[in-house]
Amino acid sequence: MNTGALIMLLITVSAVTAITAYFFIKVLTSKPKQEPDSYCENDDEPR
Amino acid sequence: MTHTKQAWGTRVGLILAMAGNAVGFGNFLRFPVQAIQNGGGAFIIPYLVSFLMLGLPLLFIEWSIGRYGGSHGFHSTPFMMQSMDRRRLWKYVGVFGIFSNIGIASYYCYMESWTLAYIFHSVIGTFNGMDQHQVVQLFNDYVSIDKATLIPYEPIVFFLICLGINVFILSKGLSGGVEKVAKIGVPLLLVFGLLLAIRAVTLKAGTAGAINDSSVGLNFLWTPDFDSIYNPKVWFAAASQIFFTLSLGMGSIQAYASYLRKKDDIALNAMSAGWMNEFVEVVLGAAVIIPIAVGYLGVAKVQELAGLGGLGLGFKTIPYLFSQWGPLMATIAGVLWFGLLFFAGITSSLAMGTPVQGFLEDEFKWSRKKTALAFGLIILVIGMPTVLFFNQGVFDEYDYWTGSFALFVFAAFEAVLFAWFFGIKKGWKEINTGADIKVSRVFRFLIAYVTPVLLIIVFLGAVFTPVGNDWIAAFQGLSDGQGWAFDHESLVGKLMNNGLKEKIAVATDPAVIADLEYRLLLTNLSRLLLLTVFVGIALLVRKAYYRHKKEGRLK
Repeated sequence: MNTGALIMLLITVSAVTAITAYFFIKVLTSKPKQEPDSYCENDDEPR
Repeated sequence: MTHTKQAWGTRVGLILAMAGNAVGFGNFLRFPVQAIQNGGGAFIIPYLVSFLMLGLPLLFIEWSIGRYGGSHGFHSTPFMMQSMDRRRLWKYVGVFGIFSNIGIASYYCYMESWTLAYIFHSVIGTFNGMDQHQVVQLFNDYVSIDKATLIPYEPIVFFLICLGINVFILSKGLSGGVEKVAKIGVPLLLVFGLLLAIRAVTLKAGTAGAINDSSVGLNFLWTPDFDSIYNPKVWFAAASQIFFTLSLGMGSIQAYASYLRKKDDIALNAMSAGWMNEFVEVVLGAAVIIPIAVGYLGVAKVQELAGLGGLGLGFKTIPYLFSQWGPLMATIAGVLWFGLLFFAGITSSLAMGTPVQGFLEDEFKWSRKKTALAFGLIILVIGMPTVLFFNQGVFDEYDYWTGSFALFVFAAFEAVLFAWFFGIKKGWKEINTGADIKVSRVFRFLIAYVTPVLLIIVFLGAVFTPVGNDWIAAFQGLSDGQGWAFDHESLVGKLMNNGLKEKIAVATDPAVIADLEYRLLLTNLSRLLLLTVFVGIALLVRKAYYRHKKEGRLK
């Protein structure tokens, strides 16, 4: 690959991958809100 | 207060469903073609700037409108918008948020059904031994209905199967249907995309019939032409791509978000789902189709094919290229590629069903099963003309009015409503309520001033697109007193049927003229049908509005 293309590809792909991973990990590690929340799988009783 | 028993099962499920809504055919077919036509690697600059200035602010706006409307018991845009400002106009603007979904699903489900048909043909080895012309002909025969294919009326059969699958999943509800499919479909799509990307970037000239290394295709796609970023055409292309890829201006994001409670996060969810779509588009979408196509056909041929759009590359070219890898690998690659497109498609079409279901549930108290069936029947009736008259341009007509025009109009109105009528102060509070991240105040400024203005500019750009999308030449021509020549693809050109009329004017063969006139008739009839759908929804909204007033749910 030529240098210009390689630089564009590497910068773009690594930046987009890193930011995507950062936000998704943040979702996974965020503390759940107190019940009742929007999600039904952690409910004690079915809605 | 919500009046529905529907809910998301988990937060990850919601994000995958939102990402699945955004990820569609465009990520793999439209983005790479747009990139090579608009400056190669340099396209990523206006593309990412558009994502930050248009995409993310609109994602925040749509998630906020959805959660706000849901907290007032509304799960489709007409009354979500009406609940934000008392002017009566908003409920009719909100009609776009149901209309677009019906219109787009009507042709999108047909495209989705092609992927099912092509998985079937990949498995039974239909493409093995075919030359490139035969693969192209197979697609042309397939969409011609009356031409002989393996199964009689094959496109109708697969369209019905596809609709049946959508209706079945929608009838299972949010957590039991849509979310389950997203939890399976999105990870599978990522795995399929990754496997194909690895195969594509390891392509070597001289092996399995390839004439170029993958690096030739990657150079073609990523070599930056920095001069291109001074061209307004490239910025319009980038803004449009961001718009389509994030499924903005449709009403489906609002419908999904309406099942969230007030205290739950939308800021981080919107960021995560939005960036997930970018990952699929920029990292996977750019790594598959162009490197493979250039590897086998060369740069010049791919440039020519790209001019015909991504669909041609995806369905008329790729099966032939896969067949060069031998029968077994061709079958595996075919299932991966069309399976990937199927998952990208179905997670989007399910999102199109949700606002329609929300509206029918809220306003007519129908059950989830009944609303799913109603959605299927509506799409069957409205979508059948795209199946029967694909070659006569009905498909393209639906795509233009519901998949482009309606989206720009609706997004511009919702950005104006949120920032200027609901008010940026209340709007900013809404975005930050329950937020798990601190949203930069830059977005407050963007939402208040930049995004609405940009959307109005992009919309005006679509209305007044000059010939060849060459804005510099058009303004020069205007200043030289030559007037403004509209492109056939501009809103004005479309409305006047300039493209078809020009073809009729230069045609000499009576058979060709008759064919073009038939096409013109069907074009106008399809517009009439879409207009009828819009008016029909508006009347239902009007009826529901007076009931809500009587019940005191709206001021």
